[in-house]
Amino acid sequence: MLTIRDLKVTIAGHTVAEVEMLEVREGQRLGLVGESGSGKSMIVMSILGLQPKSASITGSITFNGQELIGLSDKKMANIRGSLIGLVPQDPTKSLNPTMRIGKQIAEAITLHSSIKKNKADQRVRELISNVRLPDPDRILRSYPHQLSGGQQQRVLIAMAIASNPMMLIADEPTTALDVTVQGEILQLILTLSRELGMGLIFVSHELGVVRFICDEIAVIYGGHVFEIGPAHAVVNTPLHRYTEALISANIAMPKTQADIGREAGKLQSIDGSVPALGTFPNGCRFRNRCVYEITECALPVPMQNADGSRFHRCRNPIREKG
Amino acid sequence: MVTRLKKSWSKPTRARLSNLPASLLIGGGLVGFLVCVALLSFVWTPYDPITIDVRNRYLPIWSDGHILGTDKFGRDVLTQLIMGARNSLFVSVVSTLVSLVIGTLLGLYVAAAGARLQNIISRGVDVGVAIPGILVAMVLATAIGPGNAAAITAIIIWFIPVSARVVIGPTMQVLSQDYIEAAFGYGRTKWFVLFNHVLPNISSIIIVQASVMFAAAILIEASLSFLGVGAQPPTASWGRTLKEAQPLMEIAPSLMVVPGLAIVIAVLGFNLLGDGLRTYYDPQQARKR
Repeated sequence: MLTIRDLKVTIAGHTVAEVEMLEVREGQRLGLVGESGSGKSMIVMSILGLQPKSASITGSITFNGQELIGLSDKKMANIRGSLIGLVPQDPTKSLNPTMRIGKQIAEAITLHSSIKKNKADQRVRELISNVRLPDPDRILRSYPHQLSGGQQQRVLIAMAIASNPMMLIADEPTTALDVTVQGEILQLILTLSRELGMGLIFVSHELGVVRFICDEIAVIYGGHVFEIGPAHAVVNTPLHRYTEALISANIAMPKTQADIGREAGKLQSIDGSVPALGTFPNGCRFRNRCVYEITECALPVPMQNADGSRFHRCRNPIREKG
Repeated sequence: MVTRLKKSWSKPTRARLSNLPASLLIGGGLVGFLVCVALLSFVWTPYDPITIDVRNRYLPIWSDGHILGTDKFGRDVLTQLIMGARNSLFVSVVSTLVSLVIGTLLGLYVAAAGARLQNIISRGVDVGVAIPGILVAMVLATAIGPGNAAAITAIIIWFIPVSARVVIGPTMQVLSQDYIEAAFGYGRTKWFVLFNHVLPNISSIIIVQASVMFAAAILIEASLSFLGVGAQPPTASWGRTLKEAQPLMEIAPSLMVVPGLAIVIAVLGFNLLGDGLRTYYDPQQARKR
């Protein structure tokens, strides 16, 4: 359904994202995982044509056979919302504070479908119950500030699915929310994508969350896809050293082979931080922070296929035992 | 049942009178009173505003038949005051509304325009703000002759850049929000977004600005009439009544106090009204109702 090939996003001469190949089939859920500043948001924003104006894009993004790169603003606006829905990162900034919830959802409906304004009410109520919000009469009359963050995010999910899109993009949809409601929102997104048969691109920095939601995981670092494969395989038997480091840095993750021999119960962290734009090392972009660096890492690293469904980009991958 | 529930959210929550801010009630009362008085002048005034009555000159306050006394021509002061209210409100309402509409549109346009155009127009607006309004009125009075037309035009020229400048900053702030980007992303046009998403968000600022401008316009109208640039005789105006009372300060001080109080009440009323409206329309305050 969605195919990205040789996508390259550059800002002021620096490559911020480079994706050789990424695919979301109908009803499939793909997770993009990476640290802050890894370029995962840049990739999804490029799909929607919402990249910063200073960015230039080459390559190809096709959606249902239609090329999205170079599409006019008007045609792109038509695809956004009607075929691809977006659940934003911060619900509190994404609703107009002076408009009642009912009117905002109605606008999302009437804009991209043949439903007329007077018929929209019924659909609004349907959406409200779809996203499991109680007491629709009160919710629809409320202003955004009268709802909790979780309720606001549900409203935005309702707006995103208003015109039955084929694909939903969720850009860190729970980052701005309380931990207690994160689980509910995640469950809702998962259930909706199953019920409505929507494809899903789920962006997050939490590997544990992505494993719970998605069928497939792509690990992103420095704008490169480091590893891609079925979710359970990537988490249980990572191939790339960076994936492994991410897993050991996560408190909720099972221990990997690499942890054996380390101090028990101690959480690992990745030394250093993501380099600033334009200061990434040659070759493997993770090289300067990787404890398994070998000399070949300085050379460009191509994507390698490991047993059919799994790809990685590591000169010194973790070899599976047995 | 379905029809009853339909669009139920679009009806505003009804507010009880006791829950309204006090400033809104007092300001609204004062302004409402002024408007009623001005409208009353079209159908009835205690005396004819123009007729001169030489026998009854300089009657003091509380005289028989002339509650506020008479002026140097023997005209009833209360009548002059009522006619003055009509003139003051007419000039300030027309000039404020025209400049507010033009200024707001200009401000919205500038805020949404590109950086280069924004710089050029913003500097132009700064120049406009710097021009002294009274001077513009004087020049206009000599060019098109003194009168209400000159006063209104001068106030409009004065207020357009002021109201534009008030709108530009908040508009740019709202335009940087995520929901605005979403609206553009969905394919909404610039002016649709400006009117439907930006304007409601800056409405409280515009309302407060309007009240300040109403009050200022009343003061300016009075000043211009006082200087002889505004309303010309025999049109009654608070400023001109004040001016005519000035040389008679020692003979009949009440002639000066009465129109002065009228101006104070009008300015106070519009300021309180604006303050109250801002409190009322603020969505953050809605939960208290």
